[in-house]
Amino acid sequence: MEMFAADWLYMYMPIAGVKVLWPALVLIGFSVGVIGGFFGMGGAWMVTPGLNIIGFPMAFAIGTDIAHIAGKSMISTIRHSKFGNVDYKLGMVMLVGTMVGIEIGAQLVMWLERIGLVGSVVRWVYVVFLALISWMVFYDYAKAVKKSKMGDVTDRGAEGITWYKTLHRINIPPMVHFKASGFTCSAWLPILVSLATGILAGFLGIGGGLLRMPALVYLIGCPTHIAVGTDLFEVMISGLYGAFTFALKGRIELVAVFVMLTGAAIGAQIGTVATKYSKGYGIRVAFGIAVLCCMISIILKQFKYDMPSAILILGTISLICLYIIKVMFTGAAAELRAKKNRENKAHAA
Amino acid sequence: MRRNMKRIMALAVSMVAALPALAHAAAGKAADLVVVADTRVIDSGILRYFADLYNTNPTMNATWAVILTAVYGCFLGVLMDFLLSRTGLDLTSRKIVEH
Repeated sequence: MEMFAADWLYMYMPIAGVKVLWPALVLIGFSVGVIGGFFGMGGAWMVTPGLNIIGFPMAFAIGTDIAHIAGKSMISTIRHSKFGNVDYKLGMVMLVGTMVGIEIGAQLVMWLERIGLVGSVVRWVYVVFLALISWMVFYDYAKAVKKSKMGDVTDRGAEGITWYKTLHRINIPPMVHFKASGFTCSAWLPILVSLATGILAGFLGIGGGLLRMPALVYLIGCPTHIAVGTDLFEVMISGLYGAFTFALKGRIELVAVFVMLTGAAIGAQIGTVATKYSKGYGIRVAFGIAVLCCMISIILKQFKYDMPSAILILGTISLICLYIIKVMFTGAAAELRAKKNRENKAHAA
Repeated sequence: MRRNMKRIMALAVSMVAALPALAHAAAGKAADLVVVADTRVIDSGILRYFADLYNTNPTMNATWAVILTAVYGCFLGVLMDFLLSRTGLDLTSRKIVEH
């Protein structure tokens, strides 16, 4: 297109040896920052189609993405931490399970590769788990609405799925109190849940935020906002580890990482602050919609409908991004208006 | 003596021949693509240094990649935190309302 013909719009990538449209990199970073900061995940599933469309060399896409996600998650974690949304104790306990799980998952996929079954198995397992997660989210919401109408409300408000309550009753020592999340449970619960999500993440070749966030909410029992912040802390650490291993293989374009991080810095702040003005179920339902669209996109890709798949995923990202930006700005405007009214009343008094 | 030397040589050659096979069996997904950064077309001194490092020392390159990503992430986080604090919003507390 003529408007993208100007040379200044293209930045040379020294490792890949190609020129890439840098505003598109900034936009991808920004969008992933917004969505990742809001949902508490890395967002690798969003970045790859975006990079593919702008002609970024695919050999470097995953490694570059993981490095950028590590940096972006650091920015979001700093912000969430100020809100009190990061349970560091829980994050550290889960980290061991996550790292071990990812290695086991990666070994499983290498075994499948050796027997020639990796492609379709991985994709269909991914679809099944995404379907399960989106079903869980919408079922949870429907049940919570029903309970709310019947007046069945706990200290956390009306809740749909409460599987974590049963799991909290498991009394295998050591029992640990997680102050930020506000519950006590056996340490084995977060370790085993993170091991399971780590195995799935390593098997599917993803960061795991997409799986870990609902696991934190439904199996471990974190309030949604704390699940978002704690998950970002995990993504940050596993992302840095992933960045190191991909950089060792020579699969990271650091210039692209820095450009995307610059966009992500702004996006992550918007996404994170937007959680302040959202109810937990608002975040969960939007997450469910994103997961559902991701699942449909993968199914389309499996049947070789590559363009519709890319259009669906990029369209979903754009709409969810706009929704989150709207939540943040309307919430911030309302807060500043309320603050001004309080100050005016104080002066009048 | 000569027979022993022949046996030792045969063992040594077979070990050298077996090494690639061992590495292949031990390795995970093989990285088939070998990329070499073309430093001839890079004008910037810093970019040329990192491109050279990429070609000659992958471990140091990986270490720098992680350190620089973490440092830049921290710097942007602190900077955006500072800029956002100037907006007048309360960025230290929130209410958890699930439903």
